[in-house]
Amino acid sequence: MPQEMTFGEALLEAIDEVAEKDPRIVMFNPSFAGEAGHAKLAALRKKYAARIKYPPIAEIGFCGVAIGAAMAGLRPIVDISTATFSYEAIAQIVNEAAIAHSNSGGLTSAPVTFYLKFGIRGGGGVQHSGSPQSWYWNTPGLQVVMPSTPADAKGLMRTVLLKSKDPTIFFGHDRLLDDKGMVPDGAYEIPLGKADVKRAGKDVTIIALSIQVPRALAAAEILAKEGIDAEVIDPRTLQPLDKPALLASVKKTGRVVITDESPDNCGVAAGLAAIIADEGFASLRAPIKRVSIPPVPVPYAVPQEDYVTPLAGRIAEVARALCR
Amino acid sequence: MLPDIPRERQLGILRKMLMIRRAEEHCIRFNEEHTGLLRGHFHVYIGQEATGVSVCDWLNPDDYVFTTHRNHGHVIAKGGDPKKVLAEIIGRATGYCQGRAGTFHVAAPGVGIIHTSAIVGGCLALAGGTAYAAQVKGEKAITVVFFGDGAMEEGVFYETVNIAKLWNLPLIFWMENNYRRAGGRGAGNAALELTNIPKALDVETTVIDGIDVGTVHKTAKSIVERVRGGQGPLFVEARTHLWPGNAFNMPKLIGGVTDIAWAWDAGKAPEKVRDWHKDHDPILNYVRELESAGMSRAELAKIDAEVSKEADAAAQFALNSPLPAAEDAVKYAFAGEGN
Repeated sequence: MPQEMTFGEALLEAIDEVAEKDPRIVMFNPSFAGEAGHAKLAALRKKYAARIKYPPIAEIGFCGVAIGAAMAGLRPIVDISTATFSYEAIAQIVNEAAIAHSNSGGLTSAPVTFYLKFGIRGGGGVQHSGSPQSWYWNTPGLQVVMPSTPADAKGLMRTVLLKSKDPTIFFGHDRLLDDKGMVPDGAYEIPLGKADVKRAGKDVTIIALSIQVPRALAAAEILAKEGIDAEVIDPRTLQPLDKPALLASVKKTGRVVITDESPDNCGVAAGLAAIIADEGFASLRAPIKRVSIPPVPVPYAVPQEDYVTPLAGRIAEVARALCR
Repeated sequence: MLPDIPRERQLGILRKMLMIRRAEEHCIRFNEEHTGLLRGHFHVYIGQEATGVSVCDWLNPDDYVFTTHRNHGHVIAKGGDPKKVLAEIIGRATGYCQGRAGTFHVAAPGVGIIHTSAIVGGCLALAGGTAYAAQVKGEKAITVVFFGDGAMEEGVFYETVNIAKLWNLPLIFWMENNYRRAGGRGAGNAALELTNIPKALDVETTVIDGIDVGTVHKTAKSIVERVRGGQGPLFVEARTHLWPGNAFNMPKLIGGVTDIAWAWDAGKAPEKVRDWHKDHDPILNYVRELESAGMSRAELAKIDAEVSKEADAAAQFALNSPLPAAEDAVKYAFAGEGN
């Protein structure tokens, strides 16, 4: 029987299922779940106490330790907590974990998973609202995973923990953690690099990951009332990326809006737009549009934070203009 | 002093130190004699051979060693093949990393050097990771991380020592002080004695003369045994003296290749390097000690000739090796399939 659970609980379930069978899974600072997961989190922490470390506040130190441990055969999962804390460790993540396999000519790999709670959370201000997915996507050697639903979160986390041979940045949006959704029964994996059409449509494609998927679906509802039939496609992972699925959707609709919480310039939407311009230009009947955040540190005050957040209304407005 | 071990083992240490010296002389000659062969700048380990070789003499094949931009010596000391090291240095397909790593990042997982970072302090935390992995898996393997005085200016040093101490990791912090970075006490680090930093975290420290094989070897034995026995982490500062040719970003053979006869006839060495070879060269120092212990000059010269011949062959192997295929550049970014 499929069960309803939060995004955070789905992550915990995946981790528990894999850790139970694989003693190489170790955890640093496991939290993952947000408020709704506290009972499950307490159970996880108790069950795997021998394989859990709570390191000092030393991100470059403990992230490096996790990377080295992965090189030596463990499969660590590190809860970075707020995504911006990973900036303290970026020298190890980008300059060591990401390059090890290439540098060694394929001899060494570092299958470590970094879990980052990212995005505009509401009141996070300039240092707790960060969305570094485009930075990590721009780093060869890192896998970038950004699920939007509890079901996808579980299936993707299982895949990463069970099968991944590479370092992975796993993004969970702070505002998704307590969202509920139906999760299929039992053990299942979702392959990396496989997009999912969250809503089929024929007039305009909206490409969205993570928090932007529910926003895109809400935008599609607004548009539907106006007679515009939007397709919402969720790549689910940026690296690897399901380019054929994105290009097929654009071919079908001829119009595309790409939305993400990373900034406009060199952000995720910009990167995806470049691919579509390069490889799908012939399908386009209108310019590619981005709905992301303007290049400004995310402010604290409510009206200003709302102003920069790529909410459903803005997505609908841009899609509507394309279809006119 | 000579290490208190059988003569054959003493000579094994000599051979390894000489191999590092000869291989790195070839490395410098690659740069001096072949325009464009050695791309970018590089660093050599000349003058520090006594520490790497003596420490690795106590390590098992499955023990982990991490090194730095000055890695050639450590890779050979841990059992690496000089042919593959020299080939890697000039970006050949036959190198340890198929030419992808170059001089700065030679990694040789087969001998326990799984990753090499040229970022100052880059491997410190990773070494904590392999030590932690061995602890989790209940293995007896220990980790030795070699680094220089400059790395102790990095924040990651503090963080890693702190974690290693909190978790009681089987990890040896082996600092080879060549005084290149500091340029004198207190220049790059506010602590006048660098051992004050690990001491502040209650990590026991030892300071030794890093050019004396006997001292290093004896210290390494005890440190390795204690860390393997679960008493780690421990910190060692081995003091060496910067080889004059190392004063440049591109090291230079300013006195030519080392002549083993300078051990007993220091006056024959060119003036620019004479004092260094007389007072601070760990290899010639060791050669003199072996002579005092009864070895003949001819026997010692014969060993050097044998090692030099092997190093020459390794250099020739590297020079004759093919470059990797251009289109292989895009290989290996990811280990997984379908990426």
